[in-house]
Amino acid sequence: MSAIYILWLRELKRYTRSRVQLVASLGQPVMYLLALGFGLGPVFQKAGGGSYLQFMAPGVIGMTVLFSSIFSGLGLLWDRQFGFLKETLVAPVPRLQIMIGRTLGGATVAVLQGLLVTVVCVIAGFRPVNISLVPLALGFMLLIAMVFAGLGVAVGSSLEDMQGFQLIMNFLVMPLFFLSGALFPLDGLPKVLAAVTMVDPLSYGIDGMRSVLLGRSHYGGMVDLEVLVGVAVVFIMIGAYRFSKIEI
Amino acid sequence: MIRVENLVKTFGTFTAVNDVSFQVAEGEIFAFLGPNGAGKTTTIKMLTTLLKPTSGRIELDGLDPAVRQNEVRQRFGIVFQDPSLDGELTAWENMEIHGVLYHVPHKLRCQRSEALLEQFELWERRKDRVKTFSGGMKRRLEIARGFLHTPKILFLDEPTLGLDPQSRNQLWTHVKKVNEAEKVTVMLTTHYMDEADRVAHRVGVIDHGKLVAQGTPQAIKEQTGAATLEDAFLKLTGSTIRDESAGSADQMRQFAKMWSGGRR
Repeated sequence: MSAIYILWLRELKRYTRSRVQLVASLGQPVMYLLALGFGLGPVFQKAGGGSYLQFMAPGVIGMTVLFSSIFSGLGLLWDRQFGFLKETLVAPVPRLQIMIGRTLGGATVAVLQGLLVTVVCVIAGFRPVNISLVPLALGFMLLIAMVFAGLGVAVGSSLEDMQGFQLIMNFLVMPLFFLSGALFPLDGLPKVLAAVTMVDPLSYGIDGMRSVLLGRSHYGGMVDLEVLVGVAVVFIMIGAYRFSKIEI
Repeated sequence: MIRVENLVKTFGTFTAVNDVSFQVAEGEIFAFLGPNGAGKTTTIKMLTTLLKPTSGRIELDGLDPAVRQNEVRQRFGIVFQDPSLDGELTAWENMEIHGVLYHVPHKLRCQRSEALLEQFELWERRKDRVKTFSGGMKRRLEIARGFLHTPKILFLDEPTLGLDPQSRNQLWTHVKKVNEAEKVTVMLTTHYMDEADRVAHRVGVIDHGKLVAQGTPQAIKEQTGAATLEDAFLKLTGSTIRDESAGSADQMRQFAKMWSGGRR
């Protein structure tokens, strides 16, 4: 247990110490929020969708959690490059514990980052319809974080160095974000797109946040919850398995 | 304590370790010598559960590292050839993580960390992040960290690389101390033949993945009719320089493993 704790703590320390990175990582969500939120707002309003800023705030929060958690998983690659990974791999601690410590740490950092963006959203004018349900949104953030931290570890364990990073970014992370309904409503989509969004776990995370923050949902909050828990378990298991097989 | 039989490791078509067999007795200091790219580090990686052998048998304290990984990991400590510190954390925090991972009780951990950081002259800088350290300081920290717990077997992979004579002296004094006082078995690699001659009870010389000689430093000198271990080493391995082979082997390995990862 102490191994899980110390590795969790390490992730937090690394996060709080790199202030530049912290500020930089807020740039992208803020840009989406301001440029798209206010830019597409009038069109969205005319189409009868209500306030676009309201609609996309959970999407931007979800995006932040997605990026942050998947990169924390891929942080394995840095640790491999800078050698710290070896130190943990030869330690007399089951690799499962090491993986769980890292994953929990990464997920915690992702949730913190999501909370920061939530604050930015509120400043920009986002208002949850029911304040008492906000803690539930936090739960959904945590689930999104667990799903993608697990995926990040699974992918990070399978790569040898940073060369694959761009590939992951373009063919995994960005599609996960764009095909999740973060930016558009999931109702009445063309069949193919509807099918694709249905297999994107992030869709359920953002839909879940919308259901508790805005009281509107495509799949239904319970379905979102079940899918996320299921996918999180599967991804973390795959991540743990891949991690246990790392050779250096 | 360490028993290696017919060990082979291939990366694609490249054979890094080719039919190597040797034994290290309990309480012995064994120096593993060889030119760059001879297969020293690959062998150590297989002994320390980081790589799986292609074929052959390994036993550490009677256990196979490829199968009983956790039990084997409880028995050894290692100082790696290349850096393995977390640069974002302080020296003290790096020691702390190591201590927790190796189940060193809190109080003992603090005492030993302090003593070791003092000994390797890093105590004043314990609250500084490791990324601000010079190469020699990082190296000293790695070594101090390696001594934080007392393993049955200690692997030192080119521990003196980039160290000044003072720190080198400190290191070997400490190695001898734990070897004598706590019966720690030590397996080390180094490019400094005088060190091997001075510290090791027995040496093994590896070249192109094959073990070409083993015995006491004295026996190896007699066997080759050389006055010093360095001369013996040169006679055994020739004087061609081949540091490129390590680079290309590593590169090839990286290339081959980029997508297959741990699948093999």
